[in-house]
Amino acid sequence: MPDYKDWNWEPDKKIIADVADIGNKYSEVHEFVVSGDGEKIAVPVKTGDGEFTACVNGELWDARFERLWYPRFGPDARLAALVMSDDEWTVGVDGSVWDEKFEYVWNTQFSADGGRIGVQTKKNFQYSVCIDGKPWENTYLSIREFQMSRDGATVAVLAQLEELSEADVFTFLDGTWGVVVDDKPWDDKYMNTWGVTLSDDGRHVGLQVRVDNMKYGIVADGKLWPEIFAHVWEPGFRPGTGSLLAPVKTAGGFALYEDGSPIWDSRFMQIWKLVFSPDANRVCAVVCPEFGRTTVAVDDRAWDITFADVVRDQVFSPDSARVAAITKDNNRWSICVDGKPWPVDFDMVWKPAFSHDGSSVVAKGEQDGKYFVAVDGRVWNQPFEMLWEPIMSPDGAKVLLRYVEGGKYCRRVMPLNEIK
Amino acid sequence: MKYEPRPEVKDDGLDESIKKLTPEKIKETIRFALDKECGARLKVYMDTCVHCGLCATACHQCISHDMDPKYAPVAKVKDTLVEIFKKDCKVSPEFMKLAARIAYIECGGCRRCSMYCPFGIDIAYLLMVVRRICSMLGVVPMYLQDTTNSHSVTYNQMWVQQDEWIDTLQWQEEDAQKVVKTARIPLEKEGADIMYSVIAPEPKILAQLLANAAVIFAVAGLDWTMPATDGWDNSNMAMYSGDFESSGRLERLHHETAMRLKVKKIVMGECGHAFRGAVYDGPRHIGQAYPAVPVIHAIEFYHDLITSGKIKIVKKFKKPVTVQDPCNTVRGRGLGGKLRDLMNWLCEDFRDMNPRFEHNYCCGAGGGVINCGPPWTRNRVVANRTKGDQINATGAEVVVTPCHNCHSGIEDIIKEYAPGTHVKFISELLVDEGCMEIPEHLRPGGD
Ligand code: SF4
Ligand code: SF4
Repeated sequence: MPDYKDWNWEPDKKIIADVADIGNKYSEVHEFVVSGDGEKIAVPVKTGDGEFTACVNGELWDARFERLWYPRFGPDARLAALVMSDDEWTVGVDGSVWDEKFEYVWNTQFSADGGRIGVQTKKNFQYSVCIDGKPWENTYLSIREFQMSRDGATVAVLAQLEELSEADVFTFLDGTWGVVVDDKPWDDKYMNTWGVTLSDDGRHVGLQVRVDNMKYGIVADGKLWPEIFAHVWEPGFRPGTGSLLAPVKTAGGFALYEDGSPIWDSRFMQIWKLVFSPDANRVCAVVCPEFGRTTVAVDDRAWDITFADVVRDQVFSPDSARVAAITKDNNRWSICVDGKPWPVDFDMVWKPAFSHDGSSVVAKGEQDGKYFVAVDGRVWNQPFEMLWEPIMSPDGAKVLLRYVEGGKYCRRVMPLNEIK
Repeated sequence: MKYEPRPEVKDDGLDESIKKLTPEKIKETIRFALDKECGARLKVYMDTCVHCGLCATACHQCISHDMDPKYAPVAKVKDTLVEIFKKDCKVSPEFMKLAARIAYIECGGCRRCSMYCPFGIDIAYLLMVVRRICSMLGVVPMYLQDTTNSHSVTYNQMWVQQDEWIDTLQWQEEDAQKVVKTARIPLEKEGADIMYSVIAPEPKILAQLLANAAVIFAVAGLDWTMPATDGWDNSNMAMYSGDFESSGRLERLHHETAMRLKVKKIVMGECGHAFRGAVYDGPRHIGQAYPAVPVIHAIEFYHDLITSGKIKIVKKFKKPVTVQDPCNTVRGRGLGGKLRDLMNWLCEDFRDMNPRFEHNYCCGAGGGVINCGPPWTRNRVVANRTKGDQINATGAEVVVTPCHNCHSGIEDIIKEYAPGTHVKFISELLVDEGCMEIPEHLRPGGD
């Protein structure tokens, strides 16, 4: 398992690739992606008429394709891209291509260690998934969501399990969609299925369902919670457990339930986007205390401050004590930590990250077309042409920056206290 | 004034669905909707109406039926909600079938009548309450329900599979490159300025509009993206069928997708109801007063591109042209002036409709009416002779319709009342008719 502790955390600046040169060399250069450890930068490039490949740190993959898109680095820094040759699609991983070919592939997913790579597939107008080049045996009428457990051993999808002819609203009411886990469909079918989620170990499966026109429920391991609700949102498993939590709409408003029973006393106009603390004891969510206002609630307590536009991407500190989130008010993006807003705002801001000891929060912001690093509400006066989200070192004293400056892609580790 | 019985129309979504209803179920559902979901607004409107009938002359359906009183807006409320109140919600399944027909077919929620009511009563809202009740009871025209079902499963209105969406964008990118060699449809480009969103008929049946968009973005030199995930369809028929849960779910994903891609705004293609869904009705279904991400309609977008010089108009379209004011962008959001600017910039012989701007009549297709499908096409065309008369009076050969519902609805209307006339989107004038400059160096083979 790749551990970010093993990355090179020595304070240093390294030029990895000449991005400007890549831009000049090829007639088409698409969007750049970088690996988590910052050691690689990749981009699809056009190498000839109808001929594309991946360019990684300035080097081309040997193979050429009619199309190559959606390059994504896995957690182990292997690059997977969707590639087409002779009208057939498959996945290329670090330049090698899966033997199995399809009419279409998309939605690449990685296990937590990057060891397993999966995609959704289409062949003969039937849908399925393929993991590490091995397709499932069964195919389905349609597949819309696809989840891999952290260890990659379990795969769950939402699939259409019954034929539905045009405008057949009655069969639809009877239920045509269900869950497929490791290529085995569950017996039950529902009007709608959404938000399938797996426990960390892949042993438990949860999802939202619509059981009737106006009735919504939560299903855990194939069993519907006894209570039916006016609406529900994405459930999530408490880390390391098989306990399922979900926001559900009750007569008094949205409530947070765990395994079918309420765990928060408060009721809100809206609750969604559950995030668990690393120690699994705490949970926070985005809530609307009143119409048109939104904020974060942590363990049943909403922050006093509320926002008009958006709150999202909450994150707990590694010690589970603090919470930071992205906010937007009056179309200005910022960060709020434990209910205290940063004094700066941006045209755009990215998901914040805590230092290991929880004392500092770092985030990437964009202003007037340039990118900046901000720490604890202070913006470092160093603009970048391109910048990926900063990553804190395991000891919390340093930060890994991945950026393009002067046409060069650089990886730089620097002490946090130098960002001023 | 004329009175004719309603023509028989078979629609299983109404005929079959009511067979499952009991008076008790109906009463319980209506009570819930009225008591738990409708507040003072409903009561004030119901108490304020003085039954003066001034709204009758505002409704294209009433005018097109020679002022048949049952099509008067006030009559539509009287035959549905007033009756429900009078009977203390004890109404029959047959009553619900008629109520559904009135609310879904005989009113498109265009809101023209509220402008002619001395009290500004929002009759479209009242009939939307009826739709909500019908949706809760499962009594919805079959094709509209199917569209809503598609939204609930796929987050788009035409059951477009995820791969079909991406694949279509990829081949439309190739088509766009035949016009502008640098044209791209950048998929999943995190941090682009703009997410461009469209409605499902574009990838399904009007894919060239996607290529047109790619050409416009390329010439204007904008930083844009489209998602390769669900959340690309900005349309929302659930908002019109009365399934507000699905409506909220759609709008949430549309805006969530834009936020995931870190764009600063959403530019949407030429569709009116989608604008209403994304900007002012949809957010309310999830407890938000505003859209999470600012949304710019194509009319504003093109206007801005031309005034800022990002695209240049080098040729005017020669044929006589008129324009339909989509209710949800013009009456709903005041974009009529910008629309007129575009017409004058792009057309040599622009002939405005009468009445126009926010007073223009609805196309008769919006509000989910066209989505009620083939059983109701004839009905819809008959109910909007007014639009045919308006178009004919202009003498135009082309009707510009910056909205998908207007486009399809007016296509049906001109077939019946103004043969030889054609409909066009603005992007077709810009790209296909060559009104917009494609600089030489951007053309295939150009330097
Ligand atoms: S169709 Fe328009 S004018 Fe007619 S009743 Fe409905 S909202 Fe009013
Ligand atoms: S114009 Fe207004 S007050 Fe008069 S009947 Fe119509 S809704 Fe009622």
